[in-house]
This record gives sequence, C-alpha cells and structure tokens, in this order.
Amino acid sequence: MAELVLMKGNEAIGEAAIRANCRHFFGYPITPQTEVLEHLARRLPEEGGSYVQAESEVSAINMVFGASASGARVMTASSSPGISLMQEGISYIASAELPAVIVNIMRGSPGLGGIHPSQADYFQSVKGGGHGDYKLIVLAPSSVQELIDHTMLAFELSEKYRTIVVIFGDGMLGQMMEPVRFPEAVTSAVDRPWATTGMQGRGPNIVHTLYLPADELENHCFHLFEKYAAIEACEKRSSEYLTEDAEILLISYGITSRVTKAAVEMARENGIKAGLFRPITLWPFPDEALNNAARNAKTVISAEISMGQMIEDVRLSIRDRIPVKLFNRIGLVPSPEEIFEAIRKETEV
Amino acid sequence: MAKGYVKPTTLTDVPWHFCPGCNHGIIHRLCAEVVEEMGLQSQTIGVGSVGCGVFSYNYFNFDGIGPSHGRAPAVATGVKRVHPDKLVFTYQGDGDLAAIGTTEMVHSAVRGENITIIFVNNSLYGMTGGQMAPTTLLGQKTSTTPKGRTREQAGYPMKVCEMLATMDGAAYIARTAVFNPAQVNKTKKAIRKAFETQMAGLGFSMVEILSACPTNWGMNPLQALKHVEENMTAVYPLGEYKVPTDPSSAGSF
Repeated sequence: MAELVLMKGNEAIGEAAIRANCRHFFGYPITPQTEVLEHLARRLPEEGGSYVQAESEVSAINMVFGASASGARVMTASSSPGISLMQEGISYIASAELPAVIVNIMRGSPGLGGIHPSQADYFQSVKGGGHGDYKLIVLAPSSVQELIDHTMLAFELSEKYRTIVVIFGDGMLGQMMEPVRFPEAVTSAVDRPWATTGMQGRGPNIVHTLYLPADELENHCFHLFEKYAAIEACEKRSSEYLTEDAEILLISYGITSRVTKAAVEMARENGIKAGLFRPITLWPFPDEALNNAARNAKTVISAEISMGQMIEDVRLSIRDRIPVKLFNRIGLVPSPEEIFEAIRKETEV
Repeated sequence: MAKGYVKPTTLTDVPWHFCPGCNHGIIHRLCAEVVEEMGLQSQTIGVGSVGCGVFSYNYFNFDGIGPSHGRAPAVATGVKRVHPDKLVFTYQGDGDLAAIGTTEMVHSAVRGENITIIFVNNSLYGMTGGQMAPTTLLGQKTSTTPKGRTREQAGYPMKVCEMLATMDGAAYIARTAVFNPAQVNKTKKAIRKAFETQMAGLGFSMVEILSACPTNWGMNPLQALKHVEENMTAVYPLGEYKVPTDPSSAGSF
C-alpha cells in the first residue's frame, strides 16, 4: 500500500494531476486556490512538463483550449471569480469536445465576495455558466483523499467523453491538511486522432466551434446531447448513510456532507431517524438514487453553503412529493451542532 | 521561362468567401506559400480568429483551430507549449487583435512566446459591417463613427507594431502592405522572416499587413488600394520595427 502522507488539499490536487500524467497546466493566482499553481510551478518542470502563469483566467482557459486541441492532458485551477472569467472559454471547449480538467476551489461571492469556503457556484457549473447548450461533469469531493481520487478520475472521464470535468471544491478543502495515499501513477497515453498535432501522413485536423448552416448547428447540438445522455446513463455517483429508514433526509455535498454526517449521527443518538444522501456527481445529478433514498422521508433538508442552489435539483429529484427545506450558512462551513438543531426542529410539531 | 499560377498545396480548393477587392485572399496565399516553401505543411498548426479571418482553417491545407474572439495568441500559446518544434501562427484582424485581444497579444509578446501573429489591419471591423476599430484613422467614417472618428470622442489610431517593438520578448516585428506587386513580395519576405525567427526559437514575431476593405470603405478596389498606399501608410509607416539581434542565427535574412 502507498505511503500515508500529510498534505494540503490544493497541493494534493496538483500532485494528483502529475500522477494522472498531466504535463501541462495554465493558471492564474487567486485565493484560496493558489497552492495548486505553486505546486505545479515547482513540480511540472521536474517532470518535463510545462507550467504557464497566464495574464488572466481568460487567457488561461484559452491556453487550455489550445493545449487540449493539440492532444495534451491539461488542467487549470481557479476560484469563483476566476471561474466566471473562464466561462467563455468553457463554452468553446465544450462545443469543440475537448477533454480538460478545471478545478474550482470556491470562495465567497457574489462579486469579490470573500475568501471563505463557499458552494455558491452550483448554478454556474451544474446548470451552465457560459453561453449555449452544453453540460460539464461536476465532481464534488469531500476530503483531501477525494481531491486526489477525483482529480485522477476527472482526467479519465474527460477523455472518455471528450468533455470538461470540474473538480468542485471549496476554500476549506483546498486549505486543509489530511493524511492521504496516492494511487499508482498513470503512464498510458490516450489516442487522440482528432488533435491538431501537425498533419504528418493524414489530412488536416480542424478544431472549431462555428456551424453557420442552421442544420449543421442543430446536428452538432443533438450530437452533444446524445453524449450527455450517455454520461447521465453511466456516471451518476452518490453515497448514502443511514437512509433506509430515514424520516428526515439530509442532502449535502462536498465539505458540508462531512459536517452533515456528524449531525445525522447526533440525531440518531437522540432517537431521530435522520439520514444523509450525498451527491458525488452534481452533474449528472443522482436523481433516481435520491428519490429512492427519500422513500420513507417526511422532510428533506438541503444543506449547502449557498442561498439555495442544489435545492432545486433536490426538489426535481423527489418531484416535490415531500417538503424540502433549506439549511444554509454563508461564509463558513456550518457546525454539526447547528445542522443537528435544524434536524431537531423538524421533529417539533 | 514561363511562369503560371500554381496553387500551393497548402491551400484547399474551398472558394474564398471574401468580397471583391479584399486583400485577405492575397495574404492567405502568401502564408500558404511560405509554409509550403519552408517544407512545413505537416508541421504547421494555424490558429484563426473571429471576423473576416474566421474561415482561415477552411482555406489552409494544414491543421487549424478556430478560437474565440481575440484569444488566438493564448490558444497558440497552449499549442506551442505542447508542440514546441511545430510552426504555430495566428491569423487575426485588427478588431480581433487590437481591441478584444489586446491582453493576449501583449502578454504573448511579453513572454517571448515562440509564435507568429499575422495581423491584417484594414482599420475597421469588416465581418460585422464596418464598425470603428482601435485602428480606424482619424476622420475615417465607419458605421459607428458616421461623421468620422474624432480624437475627442474615440481617441487615436492604435499602433501595434510600435508598441510591441518595445517588448524584450518580441524578436521580429514588421509592418507591410499588399497594395502593389512589390509590396506583396515584401510582405511574403516578412512572413518568411517571421516564420524563420520562430523556427529558430528566437521568440515572438508579428507581421502587420495593411489591407484594403473596399466594401466597408465605400470605395472600388483601386480606390481602396490607393487609400492604403496614401492614407494608411502615413499613419502606419511600413518597415521592420524589430529584427533579431543576431540575424545570422535566424536563417536567411
């Protein structure tokens, strides 16, 4: 078994990218994500890779576009305001069907917001963000170990489906240290016959996103959504804790799901039948699994560090059969005690 | 010896979409001829733009990428970092490069990114129907400066070569035009120098080419070429603004 090492979340992401055989990174400093850049600025040259500190997130994502179009495994990382700047490039990369991994270590917002942990970019990454019809796979890790595992998974999924995969973290996950084990390094290269590598022995490869004839654009969008349907069929991920008999079902993801799990344990100690459903993929959202987990629930609580964004997918998943309430804090990760208090209140009539 | 028109293998058979009298076709061909003559067809990745140059990937018979508006130098940076031994050039107009893409242009030069920008300056936004660009001449009428550009309302024409020549990372910077055959030949030589500069690993290179837009200037093609020769070159002087400090290392200067 691999050695147990103590590592900060952001550095773990950077090291996981190297283990995943990613040799190209383009980024821009922003708190609370900057250690991803710093780690890769040091490590990529050691591995024969290339690190470029771009002049903006707009440029960084377009460097990702060029590197991915040219056949490289590539990643960028930022935090909420920087991810906003990347939305144009994200739309182009999605349309051009290029694999890429984007890390969002979310911070307080809107505007400049703050540097506190946040989950308020759910709508941006899960529902869209850039212009047009496209989807991104969104993975929501809840520990430093999962930052590593999901980063490695992200490269695999991005190439399998030729899509962007977002690592959806937050300021606490990025900044905290936990003991982790790194998986074996990936060394295999994925064949990319479509890449612009110089046309030795073949005709020109063109990577573009312009479809002026209406029928070509329509065909392109239907093609993209056939791919997204395949992702929805195969890639929904979630985990459950004490949901079998749960009368109060809590839904939360990422760092918040760990606190919520502690609150569920407190509730059980107090004789309350609470359970936790944790989406791991936010898109595709694990709707059937959630609906099934809520089969005995009388109340559902969506616990998130936002003003209520995932709650819309929760309501859709359970088809509004059951009252859905929001527990939220802004600018901090809630304590188990305050989530337990929210659970306890639901038992009062 | 008979000389006839022979289309370079680096151009496809796709017909130009350009307006009559437009210089884009000439400039596309010059880029294609230089790629062919340098034997780099299978080693070249072209990065297009948004505007009248948007379909360059349909015309060039080598690998190509269609980026978003103004971002071509960033996209080309990504390509070049993956393929440092390949010829990577962007093909951008003045709206794309000198307005929305200013940041990407300046910082690719600052980094000394080993790419080439082919910058086609026709002093307005052509594809969207002739709006003012940063390069529009003072007094020039466009659809958004209907009484002519004034410095009070919209400032002064932007001189890209002069600006980029101040960058230590820029190795070769030149401004040319294609208003007569002699200028066409000079432009081809400048493109070749820029590509050779890149292949020698000397750093960032750019060739700005003054180009006619009869449609949006409201002129016939001959009037438009005369306007380039007489009025545009007065504001945008032709010549080499920066050459590699050690020309012998850059090939056939």
